[in-house]
Amino acid sequence: MQPSDINDPEYFHRVIDCQYACPAHTPVPEYIRLISERRYDDAYMLNWHSNVFPGILGRVCDRPCEPACRRGRVEKDAVAICRLKRVCADNREDGIEARFPAIPAAKNGKRIALIGAGPASLTVAGDLAPLGYTIDLYDDQDMGGGFMRSQLPSFRLPDEVLQEEVDYILNMGIHTHFNHYVDSMAAMLAKGYDAIFVGTGAPRGRDLDLPGRKEGDAAIHVGIDWLAGVIFGHVHKTGRRVLVLGGGNTAMDCCRTARRLGGEDVRIVVRSPREDMKASPWEIEDALHEDIPIYDNHVPKEFVLEYGKLTGMRFEKVRAEYDDKGRRKLVPLDEEWVFMPCDEVLLAVGQLNAFPWIEAGLGIDFDEHGLPLLKPGTYQSTLPQVFFGGDAAYGPKNIITAVAHGHEAAISIDLFCQGLPLDERPGPTVSLTGQQMGRQDWLYHNQVSDTQRQAVPTAPKAKTLRDRLMEVELGFDRDRGRKESYRCLNCDVQTVFYAQECIECDACADACPLTCISFVENGPEEELRTRLRAPAENTAQSLYVSEPLATGKVMVKDENLCVHCGICAERCPTAAWQMQKFFYQTPRAGQKA
Amino acid sequence: MSFTRPTFRHPGIQPNEGGYSRRDYEGLISTLCAGCGHDSITSAIIQACFELSLPPHRIAKLSGIGCSSKTPAYYLGKSHGFNAVHGRMPAIATGANMANHELIYLGVSGDGDTASIGMGQFVHAVRRNLNMVYIVMNNGCYGLTKGQYSATADKGSRSRKGAANLLESIDLCEMAIQLGAGFVGRSFSGDKEQLVPLLKAALSHRGLSFLDVISPCVTFNNNPESTKSYHWVREHREENSEVDFVPFRQTINASYKDGATEAITLHDESVIYLHKPQAGPSITDRRQAIDTLEDHKAKGRLLTGVLYINPDSQDTHDILNTCQEPLNSLGAAELCPGAAVLAQINEAFR
Repeated sequence: MQPSDINDPEYFHRVIDCQYACPAHTPVPEYIRLISERRYDDAYMLNWHSNVFPGILGRVCDRPCEPACRRGRVEKDAVAICRLKRVCADNREDGIEARFPAIPAAKNGKRIALIGAGPASLTVAGDLAPLGYTIDLYDDQDMGGGFMRSQLPSFRLPDEVLQEEVDYILNMGIHTHFNHYVDSMAAMLAKGYDAIFVGTGAPRGRDLDLPGRKEGDAAIHVGIDWLAGVIFGHVHKTGRRVLVLGGGNTAMDCCRTARRLGGEDVRIVVRSPREDMKASPWEIEDALHEDIPIYDNHVPKEFVLEYGKLTGMRFEKVRAEYDDKGRRKLVPLDEEWVFMPCDEVLLAVGQLNAFPWIEAGLGIDFDEHGLPLLKPGTYQSTLPQVFFGGDAAYGPKNIITAVAHGHEAAISIDLFCQGLPLDERPGPTVSLTGQQMGRQDWLYHNQVSDTQRQAVPTAPKAKTLRDRLMEVELGFDRDRGRKESYRCLNCDVQTVFYAQECIECDACADACPLTCISFVENGPEEELRTRLRAPAENTAQSLYVSEPLATGKVMVKDENLCVHCGICAERCPTAAWQMQKFFYQTPRAGQKA
Repeated sequence: MSFTRPTFRHPGIQPNEGGYSRRDYEGLISTLCAGCGHDSITSAIIQACFELSLPPHRIAKLSGIGCSSKTPAYYLGKSHGFNAVHGRMPAIATGANMANHELIYLGVSGDGDTASIGMGQFVHAVRRNLNMVYIVMNNGCYGLTKGQYSATADKGSRSRKGAANLLESIDLCEMAIQLGAGFVGRSFSGDKEQLVPLLKAALSHRGLSFLDVISPCVTFNNNPESTKSYHWVREHREENSEVDFVPFRQTINASYKDGATEAITLHDESVIYLHKPQAGPSITDRRQAIDTLEDHKAKGRLLTGVLYINPDSQDTHDILNTCQEPLNSLGAAELCPGAAVLAQINEAFR
C-alpha cells in the first residue's frame, strides 16, 4: 500500500466516525469535550454553527452518528451523542444570541426568496443574512419551523424549544410571509429575486387505495396530516381502537399521539418483518413502552365497514423471503385473512414529493419520481436561479440532512449571486493541534471511562399519556451529562506517526490495548489486512500505513478500534507517535474558496 | 500519564483453547522507560502463554531486583508471583519447585541480577537443571542506577556516556550450556517472531530452559556504538535457524523448500522444528553448540535462536528421585511414617 496521505483532510475526518456520519459534519467529540469541561455555551455555539438547531436536534435527531460511534464497536452501547447535544442546549446561558454573527445594517442589494419555513430554508437564511442578503421567507403556516412544527408531537419536542431556535434565525432580520401559500412559481420568478430556494419538504402523505377506503374516509386519515391536525388543534380525540399502518418514525409518532388522545388499543401493523422497519430502534422502544404492540408481516387488504361505519381491517399474513441479491419478497401464507377491529386507521406508509405549484415550462425539470433535477453538490436546479434543499430536493430524509443541504445551498446561492462558478466551492476549515503538555501529559482526558451508557430519565407514563404536551424525556442533568461525556473516545485526537523518528522498538504495538498497531512487510491492502496482529475485517475503516522504516517494514495501524487513549504516544521513546487534535469544520457561505 | 489501560480489547481476538482471553495473561501498565526492550519481552511472554493456553493459576513468576525484575508486575496478573532479594530468584524458585513441582516456574532476571550479584545462585540452579524457564533480560547495563556497565557488556562497547567498557563480558548462554542446562536459547526483544516460539519451546521443555534475551536500554545504552542497542543487534544478528514450536496436540503441515529441518521431540511429545538454510552443527551436541557460539563471536556476529537442547535432560526431581506427589501435598502420615518405618530404614543400613 502507498503511505497514507494524512494531509488530505478527509483522512482524519473519516477516523472521527460520528462527525463523518453526521450529514452536517458536526464536530461531535469537540462539543462533547466542551460539555465535560462544563463549557455549555461554547458547546452550544459549536453545534449551532454546524446544525443550527441544537435544542431541537438534541431531542428528535435521527442520530446517524450513534450507530457509527466507535464505542459501539468496542462495547455494547454508543455514546449518547444526541442526548449530550440536549445537555448543552438545556444549560446554555440566556442571551447566547449575542454570540451569533452580526447582521450588517447595510445590505448587499441581493434579494433571496425562501419557500417553506422548515429546517432547510431556515439554515439558508441563517447563513445568508449575516452576509447582507435581504431575505423573504414564505410559508403557509402561521409560524416558522415547517414539519418540525407540524409533524413532531410536543411530547417529543416542546413548542417553546422549537420556537426559541426558530426565532434565533427569524430575528436576523428575515422578512416573513406566513399564512402565505405560494401557489405559483411563475409569480415568484416574476418578483425578480436574485435567487429562490425551495425548501417545501415532502408535504404529501401516501394514501392506501384499498376496498372501503372511500366509504370509510371519515375514520381513515393520512398520518402526517392527522399529526398536523393534532398540533394545530383541529383534532382533539381519537377512537378507542386505532390501527396505525406503517413502520417508520411517522408511524411511531402517530401511535404515541393516538395513545394520548384516547386511544386505548393502539396497534402498529406493518407489511414487513419487524427487523426491516424503518423507524429508529429507540422510537420503536418508546412506542412499546407505551403499551403499543407491533404486528409485523401483515399486508393490509381491505377496510371493513358496517352500515357505512368503519369497524376494522383485514390483513393477509406473509413471510419475507430474500433472494441472492438481498431483495425482499413478501410471500402470502396460506391462511385466512386476519381481521382486526378498529374505530380509526392512521396511514403512515410513506411520503411523496409534490410540486403542484411549479408550472411546467419554467425550465425547472423533474425526474420520473417527481424530484427536481439538481446539479450534483450544488442544489441548483435546471433553472439557474432556483435552488432546492431538504426533503424537497432528494425526497424524505430528516432534519439534520435538511440542515446539511441548507448550508451547501447557501454557499451555492452566495456564489451564484456574485457571478462565481458554483463548482469552485470553499473547502473545510481544518487544524491539527499537538495535545502534549508534559512528557506523558495530555490536554485531553485520555483515560477511557468504563461507565455504561447513561439512561435518560423520563416523566411517569401515567402522566405523559394524559397530557400530549408533556415532554416524555427529561434529558440528562449536568452530572449525568458529564459522566456520559467522558464515555467519548476522543476520536478527533489523532495518533500521528512520524516514521523518521521510529526506532522500531515495538513499544507502541506491545502497549496498545486494542492491538491496533503492527510492524510488518508492506503489501496490497487486502492481503495486508490478513497479516496484522489482530483481525482487520472492517474495510470501511482505513489502515494507516507509514513510509518504510529502517528495517524495510512499515507501521500499519488499523484505525477501526483505536480508542485514542494515547498509550502508544506515552510508550514511544522518540515521539514518533504524537497525539494531535484534528478539527474539521464544513465550509460556510461567504468563506473564500 | 496513564496509570491504567483501557479495559477494552479487540473483540476479534478469540479466546484460546483453554477458554482464556489474552487479557487473562496481562498485568498492570508498564512503568519502565518508554521503549524499553523489557516491555517487548513482557508482551512476548503474554503471547506465548496465551498461545499455549496455559492456565494462569498454574504459573508462578519469580524475579529478583532490577528493571527486569519489575516486569512480573506487567504480565500474568492472575498467576502466582514472588519478588525475591537481589540475585536470589533461583533459590526461591528451587524451594518453590521442591515444594510443588506441578506449577510452571517462570523466572525473570537481569544481567546484573544474574551475572553479578546472583551469579552463585544462577550457576547452581543450572547445575541442578531445575525445571523452570530462566529469562535474562540482558541490556548490558545497570539501568536502575544510571547505566553503569554490567558484567555482560561486551568489551569495547560504548554506552551513551561514551567511555568504552574495558572488562571481558560473561556469555551466560555458554555458561549455561557448560553447566548442564537442558535448553539454551538467545533472542532479541525486537524480534517477536523468533522470541515467541522460543518461549513456547522453553515453557514446554522439562529441565532448566535458559533464555538470554538482548533487550536494549533506551535510556542509557541504545546508541549505535553499544553492542546492546536496537541498531547494533539488528545489524549483527544471525539466526542459527528458524524456530517452529509445535505443541504435542498438533501436527505440522508446513513444508520447507530448501535447507535442512531438524526436529527435536520433547518430553511431552511437543516438537521443536529448526529450519536452517543448510545443514549445520547439531544443536543437541554441547561441544558443537559452544563452538558455534565462539565461531560467531570471533566473526563479530551475535548468534540467536535455539543454541542447545538436550531432549533427554533430567530435571532436579529426576536426579534426586523425589516422589511423584508434590511435597507440599504430603500429609503428616506420609512425612512421619512412624517408628516402625524408621526402624526398617535403619535396619537397611546395618
